[in-house]
Amino acid sequence: MNRTPPIPDTAGPSPAMVDVRGINKYFGENHVLRDVNLTVAPSEVVVVLGPSGSGKSTLCRCINRLETIQSGEIYIDGQPLPTEGRALARLRSDVGMVFQSFNLFAHRSVIDNVRMGPIKVRKMAKTEATELAESLLDKVGIADKGNQFPGELSGGQQQRAAIARALAMQPKVLLFDEPTSALDPEMVSEVLDVMNSLVADGMTMVVVTHEMGFARHAADSVAFMDEGQIVEMAPPGEFFDSARSDRARAFLSKVLSH
Amino acid sequence: MNVLLDNWRPLVDGLLTTLWITLVGGVGAIVVGVLVTAARVSPVKVLSGLAFCYVQFFMNVPLLALLVLFVFALPEVGLIMPLLTTAIVVIILYEAAYVAEAVRSGINTVSLGQAEAARAIGLTFLQSLRLVVLPQALRSVVQPVGNVMIALAMNTSLAAAVGVVELTAAAQKVNLVSAQPIQVFVGAGIGYMALALAIGLSTGVVERKVAIVR
Ligand SMILES: Nc1ncnc2c1ncn2[C@@H]1O[C@H](COP(=O)(O)OP(=O)(O)OP(=O)(O)O)[C@@H](O)[C@H]1O
Ligand SMILES: [Mg+2]
Repeated sequence: MNRTPPIPDTAGPSPAMVDVRGINKYFGENHVLRDVNLTVAPSEVVVVLGPSGSGKSTLCRCINRLETIQSGEIYIDGQPLPTEGRALARLRSDVGMVFQSFNLFAHRSVIDNVRMGPIKVRKMAKTEATELAESLLDKVGIADKGNQFPGELSGGQQQRAAIARALAMQPKVLLFDEPTSALDPEMVSEVLDVMNSLVADGMTMVVVTHEMGFARHAADSVAFMDEGQIVEMAPPGEFFDSARSDRARAFLSKVLSH
Repeated sequence: MNVLLDNWRPLVDGLLTTLWITLVGGVGAIVVGVLVTAARVSPVKVLSGLAFCYVQFFMNVPLLALLVLFVFALPEVGLIMPLLTTAIVVIILYEAAYVAEAVRSGINTVSLGQAEAARAIGLTFLQSLRLVVLPQALRSVVQPVGNVMIALAMNTSLAAAVGVVELTAAAQKVNLVSAQPIQVFVGAGIGYMALALAIGLSTGVVERKVAIVR
């Protein structure tokens, strides 16, 4: 019998935690992501900057497939992102997401929010999940809020609860889409403190933010997006002090003059 | 009032039958209605298409016509059920369409972010519907679903037309013998009003109980 030799797996496991390869995304006619490549190594923190409408949120949402892509490939910890069904749900559980508008489940207490994933997705026993949830609420500094409902918490507390909910899945990577943009100024730092503690823990993170301080101090690299492309990717020091592209310099002069 | 007291037995039996149809019909309509809504919002095109047709069909055919059809046509094809059971099944199928429309409007009030957050922690579509979206949607439609339940209670009287002896039929029978239409039908009417009031009041209680803290 004639057997074809095994073909070497060119798309095989890469050391990257997130590997975005040449993705394209359209909303109708609108070409929102154009051949975007992004690799995020384990424990790396990538901050995504760019003007409004440049595709930052869309990129973030494509990474856990809240948005579909029209072409390209996305790998999480070497696994190709499934297109739908249970396999997608399982992979998503390894990719945490923190939204601008918190999106805590409004009808459930804070602790229920945090332990729902472990119980329903990871099939963890309730007592164990409760212990995990309590320790995470403690970590984000709202240990006393477990039995309250999201609507009873301040914005900063809600966002910290949402981070605890994402952490409860023990994700391989956490995505943040402007986690502090909906907050009153005095609550921004309490959320950034939690995010900084995650950076210190070695969490792999992709963070869309307008907090230039966080980008400068916490990021390993900055990805600058404009018109659906990653125009420039550099360590924060290099990016902020000597951005190469005109578009990045124009963007920086705008945001840093504030 | 004598005629009511003298004939309390058939009238109370009729009232109990009306209550029974309302209770079983109401619970059944809510269960079927929620299932139809779940199908309606599912990403499976065939399911949502079927659910759409279901709702359109039952909203556009009169209940009386359905009752007549089921009561007289089902035995023809060999499906023989007790009359009361047939009437309850028809009422469930019919009112479920209205429940489904009410619940769907509730789903539209749940922000997209809730479903996205549910998917983002790895819940499947059914899990996010069951654990996150539907519980919130149902809380917001207690009032409209209560109104469907009141309509259902009133519609039970149509079962009289196919021979179920519920309150209206019982009143009619008593009237045939006593010839006291005003007393008999006012009495029956008060029964329906009390039922509607009870549903309306419990709707209010339930709505307050399940309200989401905002
Ligand atoms: N659901 C959608 N349907 C249609 N177009 C969309 C949708 N979401 C985003 N877009 C379009 O995609 C482009 C990129 O949007 P995106 O939200 O990713 O930008 P962004 O960089 O996150 O902007 P911002 O800083 O304002 O949040 C924009 O042109 C936007 O209008
Ligand atoms: Mg955005």
